[in-house]
Amino acid sequence: MSATRENTAAPLVGAEQIELLERLSNAVAVSGDEGAVRRIVLEAVRPLADEVVVDAMGSVLATFRASRPNAPRVMLAAHMDEVGFMIVKDDGDGLYQFETVGGLDPAQLPGKPVLVGKDNLPGVIGATAIHLTTREEREQKIPVRQLRIDLGPEGAGKVKPGDRAGFATRFKVAGPSLVGKALDDRLGVATLIELAKNPPRNVELQLAFTVQEEVGLRGARAAAYRLQPDLALAIDSTPAFDLPTWDDEENTQYNTRLGEGPAIYLADRGTLSDPRLTAHLAAAARRNNIPFQYRQPGGGGTDAAAIHRTRAGVPSASISVPGRYAHSAVMVARLDDWSNTLALVRAALEELPDDLLGSER
Amino acid sequence: MKELIQKLVETTGPSGYENAVRALVRAEVESLADDVRVDALGNLIVRKGEKKDGGLRVMLSAHMDEIGIIATHIDERGFVRFTSVGGLYPNMLLGSRVRFLNGQPGVIGGEKLDAGERLHPMEKLFIDVGATSREDCPVQVGDMAIFDRPFVDLGDRLVSKAMDDRVAVAILIETLRQLKDTPNEVYFVFSTQEEVGPRGAGTAAYGIDPELGVAVDVTRSGDTPRGVRMATCLGGGPAIKVRDSGMLADPRVVRWMEAGAKKHEIPYQMEVLEAGSTDAMVIQVARAGVPSGCVSIPCRYIHSPSEMVDYRDVQNAVRLLVALLSEPIELK
Amino acid sequence: MIDLTALLKEWISLPGLSGNEDPIRESIAAAWKPLTDELSVSRLGSLHGLLRGEGPEPRPRILLAAHMDAIGLMVTEQAGDLLRITMVGGVDHRILPGTLVTVHGRRDLPGVVVSPPERLLPPSAAGKPVKMEHLLVDTGLTADELSQLVRTGDLISFAQQPLDLTGETLAGHSLDNRASVAALTVCLEELRRMRPAWDTWAAATVQEEETFAGGYTSPFELEPDLAVAVDVTHAAGPGADGWRTVPLGKGPALGIGPNVHPAVHNRFKEVADRMDMEVTVEPMPAHSGTDAYPMQVTGAGIPTMVVSIPLRYMHTPVEVVSLKDIRKVGRLLAQFIATLEVDFIKNIRWEGEE
Repeated sequence: MSATRENTAAPLVGAEQIELLERLSNAVAVSGDEGAVRRIVLEAVRPLADEVVVDAMGSVLATFRASRPNAPRVMLAAHMDEVGFMIVKDDGDGLYQFETVGGLDPAQLPGKPVLVGKDNLPGVIGATAIHLTTREEREQKIPVRQLRIDLGPEGAGKVKPGDRAGFATRFKVAGPSLVGKALDDRLGVATLIELAKNPPRNVELQLAFTVQEEVGLRGARAAAYRLQPDLALAIDSTPAFDLPTWDDEENTQYNTRLGEGPAIYLADRGTLSDPRLTAHLAAAARRNNIPFQYRQPGGGGTDAAAIHRTRAGVPSASISVPGRYAHSAVMVARLDDWSNTLALVRAALEELPDDLLGSER
Repeated sequence: MKELIQKLVETTGPSGYENAVRALVRAEVESLADDVRVDALGNLIVRKGEKKDGGLRVMLSAHMDEIGIIATHIDERGFVRFTSVGGLYPNMLLGSRVRFLNGQPGVIGGEKLDAGERLHPMEKLFIDVGATSREDCPVQVGDMAIFDRPFVDLGDRLVSKAMDDRVAVAILIETLRQLKDTPNEVYFVFSTQEEVGPRGAGTAAYGIDPELGVAVDVTRSGDTPRGVRMATCLGGGPAIKVRDSGMLADPRVVRWMEAGAKKHEIPYQMEVLEAGSTDAMVIQVARAGVPSGCVSIPCRYIHSPSEMVDYRDVQNAVRLLVALLSEPIELK
Repeated sequence: MIDLTALLKEWISLPGLSGNEDPIRESIAAAWKPLTDELSVSRLGSLHGLLRGEGPEPRPRILLAAHMDAIGLMVTEQAGDLLRITMVGGVDHRILPGTLVTVHGRRDLPGVVVSPPERLLPPSAAGKPVKMEHLLVDTGLTADELSQLVRTGDLISFAQQPLDLTGETLAGHSLDNRASVAALTVCLEELRRMRPAWDTWAAATVQEEETFAGGYTSPFELEPDLAVAVDVTHAAGPGADGWRTVPLGKGPALGIGPNVHPAVHNRFKEVADRMDMEVTVEPMPAHSGTDAYPMQVTGAGIPTMVVSIPLRYMHTPVEVVSLKDIRKVGRLLAQFIATLEVDFIKNIRWEGEE
């Protein structure tokens, strides 16, 4: 194995990377309607990849050949879709009934600006004025069926049932933090695009920009079937619940913490990560002085859950950038965590031993 | 066979980390098999026989993994917080003894409950391994443990943790041992990660592409005081599964099993399980489909540290499988 | 010309619960034999019928899937001279008391679902609808006779006879989804008069109501380039209104959402418009609840569509459909296939792919 090398490379995340993330975060791409992100991805990877395919479900699959024969096929998956809304009924007068797409707590919705339909028309999810509510009413979350998207009084007929809508949050950098919507999983998408700019040539790299992760890991299943990788990593963003507890007792359920680096998954609800892979990831991090943390086991899932069960099985694991307030209008992540995630994924690929899967799981 | 069952149930092998069980199984089957391999998810796949006239490619599946827990956080004083791997009953946790993969034993303790709370949610439990600080705690985040109880032989009844599904692992090994001649190509799959899915059996089935799938697993019994209402009972013979909450057995497979039991005068019972499923659920939908069923061993106190089966049901399950597999198979 | 009403009435009088579809499959096979070039049965019992197209080989393939299994009940054990039951598929226990059924034991036995009086139930059940675990089936037989004829695992189907209601509507059980199988049959009949380029596979799938087993395994075997699930959807009516419902008798519903390929949805809409056929767009925010769900992610992925027949009182013995809607669905499917160009799939461009 190569000797420890100092992490003296120039920061991996600079102005160019942030500008890409900003475009990705601001684009609205709700599950099943990922076009706006697909466009950015295709624009970025078409000139770089050896082969690019948009599959039957709309996932973008980009392949980068290795510089040697019989190299292992490594699939990296990042999902293009975000949680959002679908218009289900035109009530007239610019008011629309909607449903959530993907896991969204109704408490995150009232009072939020949204962008609706192909043309990103501005709208709002209003809430009854406090003056007109009772204390009893304020004890309950407002159910989605009581909420409406309002495009304004002349908004009738401007969008139709089936159209999607997303939060209207605009991305910004705030000190050490990245602030925007859908950092889950635009951070993963941006990471894959960055790797595409200078792919490791010791492996055949299969970048899968998947669709419909938020509604059941749908795109990843079909993508993995097609790509037939030897091993796979899902690159996602995972919640950081590292806030103070209500009684100031030790927070034992933080999942991950901001600022402690990329989070390696040992077990979530969908996957028991392959221990050969997770051991390699941790070793690569230590060798390269990249800070990392283990995501607390339990709960949640990534595309890896679908990938590892395809065909005759695929050894898989996940690495995520920690992010606060996932599945809400505004997420917060640390620039350094993203940079270190990028560094770890790259190191793990470049230092992948040929006999990693030689031992039995 | 009781010794084999004891060895198997007393091994530590939670979902995803079945290596120790696999090593034990391999040692038992290596000399009996025509072919042995391990796939990407750790399934141990053992082949016996080649397809001849009237024979089918058959996949049997018994899962090696048991339910367990995984450490999520070590606090400043060395107490270990955890979550479940597989289905755990909340009322079986407090006071339980556990054993980690590295051999470390521990006890599950609990916080004081709020007024009105009658059961500890998992977040209010912790494992005490006798440490005094995070630094001297021999357990790390991600370490897995299983429930630790020794095997007990009550004569006709056997008690242990992990009867689900090591008793079926033993049945498969014994069936392989007794299967002298077969016109069928039989794959004995010792599967992984059933308790969290099933997962391993699906990928194993994809790799094998069988024409018939038979899972062997435990099922509940309805013969305890004011317990779950179910027609199956300990000592009533191996159960032929008609349905469970995850799948409907192929009626042709059910008829085949019943005909075989009748012909060879092996006691059996019909099973309808309303909560729980087996490897057969995922085998059935592999590739273009696999007619599937399950031979079940009635079991009391499933997913407790003291699961109880009837040894005669276990022996009869072996007799049934050997009888069925020794002959050509026609599904009609 | 097939007699749609007669055929459908026969089909909703035959048992075919999830996992045990043999009886209904045989009848569908008999109806499809003269309408197809080849008939076969999948490993799990789905019926596959091929109608060859006229395009040059290798021809693209479309799969039309309508599940043939129906919901019902199953015997769990005998209790005296009565039977305890569980469900096959999703059954609301509240509609069961007083429902006529057929118990498929060693022979078919008429029975009725009954609820014990409150005094024989636990205190917690007071004032509430009786749960499935307490419901029973009475066949009128003695305990002895019952034990000879019925055992654990035997199936129970609804015995409600089909009813002709006003306005060309039909009421009965299992219209979910035999109505769609009927629509497929109408489609096959029409297609034989047309000259489509594509091969058409009609599949009466198994186990949709329980495991989607047919929805996963049929497309894996047939490898279609495009797959359409034909199922029923909720029609507006008493107890059902709002965006989740579509009007009864106003034509097919076209699904839209992640489980539907937008280009296929748009093409269906265009074809309906050209036919001057009224259709309703049905929003499906995530899970379509049909065979399109498994079909879309089978293999390397398949472009899918959902075309639905409006139906009231789903999963009761008195489901109601409009025969006009069924015929329209059949004709729409036929016209869609007949006008499908050979390179339709190849020419699809996703948004962002320009």
